[in-house]
Amino acid sequence: MTTTHPRFVSYIDKSREYYQAQGYEAPYRWATEAAVPFAPLPRPLKSLRLGLITTADRAPRADGREGMLYAQPVASRGAFHTEMFWDRDATHTDDPETILPFAAAEAAVAEGVLGSVSPRFYGVPTEYSQRRTREEDAPAILSWLQEDQVDIAFLAAL
Amino acid sequence: MVGSARDIVETCGVPRFLFVDYPLGNPCGRPWAAAEQKGLFAQALTLLERAYGPRTTVQAPERWVEDPAEDRHWRENFMAIRDRTALAEAGAARRAAQATGEKPVR
Repeated sequence: MTTTHPRFVSYIDKSREYYQAQGYEAPYRWATEAAVPFAPLPRPLKSLRLGLITTADRAPRADGREGMLYAQPVASRGAFHTEMFWDRDATHTDDPETILPFAAAEAAVAEGVLGSVSPRFYGVPTEYSQRRTREEDAPAILSWLQEDQVDIAFLAAL
Repeated sequence: MVGSARDIVETCGVPRFLFVDYPLGNPCGRPWAAAEQKGLFAQALTLLERAYGPRTTVQAPERWVEDPAEDRHWRENFMAIRDRTALAEAGAARRAAQATGEKPVR
Protein backbone atom coordinates (compact mmCIF):
# COMPACT_ATOMS: atom_id res chain seq x y z
CA MET A 1 0.00 0.00 0.00
CA THR A 2 1.43 3.40 -0.95
CA THR A 3 1.24 6.05 1.69
CA THR A 4 1.12 9.75 1.02
CA HIS A 5 2.52 10.82 4.37
CA PRO A 6 4.92 9.27 6.84
CA ARG A 7 3.37 7.20 9.58
CA PHE A 8 4.75 4.58 11.85
CA VAL A 9 4.89 1.05 10.51
CA SER A 10 2.23 -1.29 11.82
CA TYR A 11 4.13 -4.52 12.38
CA ILE A 12 0.97 -6.13 13.70
CA ASP A 13 -0.77 -5.53 10.37
CA LYS A 14 2.27 -6.48 8.31
CA SER A 15 2.87 -9.74 10.14
CA ARG A 16 -0.81 -10.68 10.06
CA GLU A 17 -1.00 -10.13 6.29
CA TYR A 18 2.33 -11.84 5.68
CA TYR A 19 1.43 -14.98 7.60
CA GLN A 20 -2.05 -15.05 6.08
CA ALA A 21 -0.32 -15.12 2.69
CA GLN A 22 1.62 -18.14 3.97
CA GLY A 23 -1.66 -19.86 4.74
CA TYR A 24 -1.84 -19.32 8.47
CA GLU A 25 -5.47 -18.59 9.20
CA ALA A 26 -5.43 -17.63 12.85
CA PRO A 27 -3.65 -14.31 13.42
CA TYR A 28 -1.10 -14.09 16.22
CA ARG A 29 -2.59 -12.80 19.43
CA TRP A 30 -0.28 -10.06 20.62
CA ALA A 31 0.33 -9.56 24.29
CA THR A 32 -1.77 -6.94 25.98
CA GLU A 33 -1.76 -5.99 29.62
CA ALA A 34 -4.88 -4.63 31.28
CA ALA A 35 -2.84 -3.00 34.03
CA VAL A 36 0.56 -1.50 33.33
CA PRO A 37 2.78 -0.79 36.32
CA PHE A 38 4.48 2.53 36.88
CA ALA A 39 6.80 3.83 39.54
CA PRO A 40 8.40 7.26 39.73
CA LEU A 41 12.15 7.33 40.20
CA PRO A 42 12.85 6.70 43.91
CA ARG A 43 15.84 9.05 44.00
CA PRO A 44 17.61 11.38 41.60
CA LEU A 45 18.90 9.70 38.47
CA LYS A 46 22.49 10.45 39.44
CA SER A 47 22.16 8.07 42.37
CA LEU A 48 20.52 5.19 40.49
CA ARG A 49 21.89 2.07 38.81
CA LEU A 50 20.68 1.16 35.33
CA GLY A 51 20.64 -2.33 33.84
CA LEU A 52 20.78 -2.89 30.08
CA ILE A 53 18.48 -5.57 28.66
CA THR A 54 18.18 -6.72 25.06
CA THR A 55 16.09 -9.18 23.09
CA ALA A 56 19.05 -10.05 20.86
CA ASP A 57 20.87 -13.35 21.17
CA ARG A 58 24.52 -13.66 22.09
CA ALA A 59 25.05 -16.83 20.07
CA PRO A 60 23.18 -19.03 17.58
CA ARG A 61 20.32 -20.84 19.23
CA ALA A 62 20.93 -24.43 19.99
CA ASP A 63 18.10 -26.91 20.26
CA GLY A 64 16.17 -26.41 23.46
CA ARG A 65 16.01 -23.33 25.63
CA GLU A 66 18.97 -23.98 27.85
CA GLY A 67 21.19 -20.96 27.90
CA MET A 68 18.84 -18.78 25.90
CA LEU A 69 18.52 -16.17 28.65
CA TYR A 70 21.77 -14.64 29.72
CA ALA A 71 23.41 -12.24 32.13
CA GLN A 72 26.96 -11.44 31.06
CA PRO A 73 29.63 -9.01 32.21
CA VAL A 74 29.48 -5.65 30.48
CA ALA A 75 33.23 -6.02 30.06
CA SER A 76 32.54 -8.99 27.73
CA ARG A 77 30.29 -7.03 25.42
CA GLY A 78 30.76 -7.50 21.72
CA ALA A 79 28.80 -8.60 18.71
CA PHE A 80 25.29 -9.86 19.18
CA HIS A 81 23.78 -12.69 17.20
CA THR A 82 20.76 -11.37 15.39
CA GLU A 83 19.17 -14.11 13.31
CA MET A 84 15.71 -13.08 14.34
CA PHE A 85 13.26 -10.50 13.11
CA TRP A 86 14.72 -7.18 11.85
CA ASP A 87 15.01 -5.18 8.61
CA ARG A 88 17.97 -6.60 6.72
CA ASP A 89 17.32 -4.55 3.60
CA ALA A 90 17.39 -1.19 5.36
CA THR A 91 20.19 -1.59 7.87
CA HIS A 92 22.61 -3.90 9.68
CA THR A 93 23.35 -4.84 13.27
CA ASP A 94 27.15 -5.00 13.14
CA ASP A 95 27.54 -2.23 15.72
CA PRO A 96 26.58 -3.60 19.17
CA GLU A 97 25.87 -0.04 20.34
CA THR A 98 22.78 0.08 18.10
CA ILE A 99 21.39 -2.78 20.14
CA LEU A 100 22.43 -1.68 23.63
CA PRO A 101 23.90 1.77 24.41
CA PHE A 102 26.92 0.68 26.47
CA ALA A 103 29.08 3.68 25.57
CA ALA A 104 26.24 6.17 25.98
CA ALA A 105 25.37 4.77 29.40
CA GLU A 106 28.99 4.86 30.54
CA ALA A 107 29.30 8.43 29.34
CA ALA A 108 26.21 9.37 31.33
CA VAL A 109 27.85 7.92 34.43
CA ALA A 110 31.13 9.72 33.73
CA GLU A 111 29.24 12.99 33.33
CA GLY A 112 27.43 12.54 36.64
CA VAL A 113 23.99 12.22 35.02
CA LEU A 114 23.50 8.57 35.93
CA GLY A 115 24.68 6.82 39.09
CA SER A 116 26.04 3.61 37.64
CA VAL A 117 25.50 0.86 35.10
CA SER A 118 25.04 -2.71 36.25
CA PRO A 119 28.21 -4.78 35.85
CA ARG A 120 26.15 -7.26 33.84
CA PHE A 121 23.85 -6.85 30.86
CA TYR A 122 20.95 -9.17 30.27
CA GLY A 123 19.41 -10.93 27.30
CA VAL A 124 15.90 -12.23 26.86
CA PRO A 125 15.57 -13.46 23.26
CA THR A 126 12.03 -14.36 22.43
CA GLU A 127 10.39 -17.58 21.41
CA TYR A 128 7.07 -15.81 20.96
CA SER A 129 5.56 -17.64 23.92
CA GLN A 130 3.70 -15.25 26.17
CA ARG A 131 3.42 -17.87 28.87
CA ARG A 132 7.19 -18.43 28.96
CA THR A 133 7.85 -14.72 28.91
CA ARG A 134 5.56 -14.07 31.88
CA GLU A 135 6.22 -17.18 33.94
CA GLU A 136 9.89 -17.92 33.24
CA ASP A 137 11.82 -15.21 31.44
CA ALA A 138 10.56 -12.12 33.25
CA PRO A 139 11.08 -13.60 36.74
CA ALA A 140 14.59 -14.71 35.76
CA ILE A 141 15.52 -11.25 34.49
CA LEU A 142 14.03 -9.67 37.61
CA SER A 143 16.05 -11.99 39.80
CA TRP A 144 19.28 -11.02 38.06
CA LEU A 145 18.43 -7.32 38.27
CA GLN A 146 17.81 -7.66 41.98
CA GLU A 147 21.07 -9.58 42.47
CA ASP A 148 22.89 -6.70 40.80
CA GLN A 149 20.95 -4.04 42.76
CA VAL A 150 19.60 -2.46 39.61
CA ASP A 151 17.12 0.42 40.04
CA ILE A 152 16.20 1.00 36.41
CA ALA A 153 15.48 -1.72 33.86
CA PHE A 154 16.37 -0.38 30.39
CA LEU A 155 14.97 -2.72 27.76
CA ALA A 156 15.88 -2.13 24.11
CA ALA A 157 13.83 -4.33 21.78
CA LEU A 158 15.64 -5.44 18.65
CA MET B 1 11.77 0.69 26.98
CA VAL B 2 13.28 1.72 23.67
CA GLY B 3 12.18 0.28 20.34
CA SER B 4 10.87 0.73 16.85
CA ALA B 5 7.69 -1.39 16.78
CA ARG B 6 5.29 1.15 18.21
CA ASP B 7 2.07 -0.79 17.74
CA ILE B 8 3.42 -3.97 19.33
CA VAL B 9 4.78 -2.16 22.38
CA GLU B 10 1.74 0.03 22.90
CA THR B 11 -0.62 -2.91 22.45
CA CYS B 12 1.21 -4.68 25.24
CA GLY B 13 1.57 -1.62 27.44
CA VAL B 14 4.79 -0.58 29.16
CA PRO B 15 5.53 2.05 31.79
CA ARG B 16 7.67 4.28 29.55
CA PHE B 17 8.45 3.92 25.83
CA LEU B 18 10.89 5.89 23.71
CA PHE B 19 9.76 5.19 20.16
CA VAL B 20 12.58 5.40 17.63
CA ASP B 21 10.95 5.49 14.21
CA TYR B 22 13.67 3.52 12.45
CA PRO B 23 13.72 0.20 10.60
CA LEU B 24 13.82 -2.71 13.01
CA GLY B 25 17.30 -3.58 14.21
CA ASN B 26 18.71 -0.30 15.47
CA PRO B 27 16.62 0.72 18.49
CA CYS B 28 19.47 2.65 20.09
CA GLY B 29 20.50 4.58 16.98
CA ARG B 30 22.16 4.15 13.64
CA PRO B 31 25.22 1.90 13.39
CA TRP B 32 28.44 3.70 14.25
CA ALA B 33 26.63 6.99 14.93
CA ALA B 34 27.98 7.61 18.43
CA ALA B 35 26.58 11.13 18.82
CA GLU B 36 23.11 10.02 17.79
CA GLN B 37 23.27 7.00 20.08
CA LYS B 38 24.25 9.25 22.97
CA GLY B 39 21.42 11.64 22.13
CA LEU B 40 18.83 8.89 22.09
CA PHE B 41 20.05 7.55 25.41
CA ALA B 42 19.76 11.05 26.86
CA GLN B 43 16.17 11.19 25.63
CA ALA B 44 15.49 7.89 27.36
CA LEU B 45 16.89 9.25 30.64
CA THR B 46 14.73 12.35 30.30
CA LEU B 47 11.69 10.16 29.77
CA LEU B 48 12.61 8.18 32.89
CA GLU B 49 12.65 11.36 34.94
CA ARG B 50 9.64 13.16 33.51
CA ALA B 51 7.00 10.52 32.79
CA TYR B 52 4.18 10.69 35.32
CA GLY B 53 2.08 7.64 34.47
CA PRO B 54 2.10 4.30 32.65
CA ARG B 55 1.86 3.94 28.88
CA THR B 56 3.84 7.11 28.33
CA THR B 57 5.26 7.21 24.80
CA VAL B 58 7.71 9.77 23.54
CA GLN B 59 8.67 9.70 19.88
CA ALA B 60 12.31 10.54 19.21
CA PRO B 61 12.53 13.26 16.54
CA GLU B 62 15.28 11.49 14.57
CA ARG B 63 14.33 10.38 11.07
CA TRP B 64 15.97 7.47 9.27
CA VAL B 65 16.01 9.32 5.94
CA GLU B 66 14.80 12.74 4.87
CA ASP B 67 13.84 11.96 1.30
CA PRO B 68 10.10 11.14 1.25
CA ALA B 69 10.48 8.43 -1.39
CA GLU B 70 13.25 6.67 0.55
CA ASP B 71 11.20 7.02 3.72
CA ARG B 72 8.22 5.34 2.08
CA HIS B 73 10.47 2.66 0.66
CA TRP B 74 11.77 1.22 3.89
CA ARG B 75 8.34 1.38 5.51
CA GLU B 76 6.63 -0.42 2.63
CA ASN B 77 9.43 -2.82 1.76
CA PHE B 78 9.61 -4.68 5.07
CA MET B 79 7.59 -7.93 4.90
CA ALA B 80 6.13 -6.75 1.61
CA ILE B 81 3.93 -9.34 -0.07
CA ARG B 82 5.20 -9.64 -3.63
CA ASP B 83 4.84 -13.30 -4.56
CA ARG B 84 1.82 -14.90 -2.94
CA THR B 85 2.48 -18.25 -4.57
CA ALA B 86 5.98 -18.44 -3.13
CA LEU B 87 4.73 -17.37 0.29
CA ALA B 88 1.98 -19.97 0.24
CA GLU B 89 4.51 -22.65 -0.68
CA ALA B 90 6.85 -21.52 2.06
CA GLY B 91 4.05 -21.65 4.58
CA ALA B 92 3.06 -25.14 3.50
CA ALA B 93 6.65 -26.31 3.78
CA ARG B 94 6.94 -24.80 7.23
CA ARG B 95 3.80 -26.54 8.44
CA ALA B 96 4.99 -29.83 6.98
CA ALA B 97 8.30 -29.49 8.81
CA GLN B 98 6.54 -28.70 12.06
CA ALA B 99 4.26 -31.72 11.65
CA THR B 100 7.27 -34.03 11.34
CA GLY B 101 9.09 -32.38 14.22
CA GLU B 102 11.78 -30.83 12.09
CA LYS B 103 12.99 -27.33 12.89
CA PRO B 104 11.04 -24.98 10.60
CA VAL B 105 12.96 -22.65 8.34
CA ARG B 106 12.30 -19.05 9.34
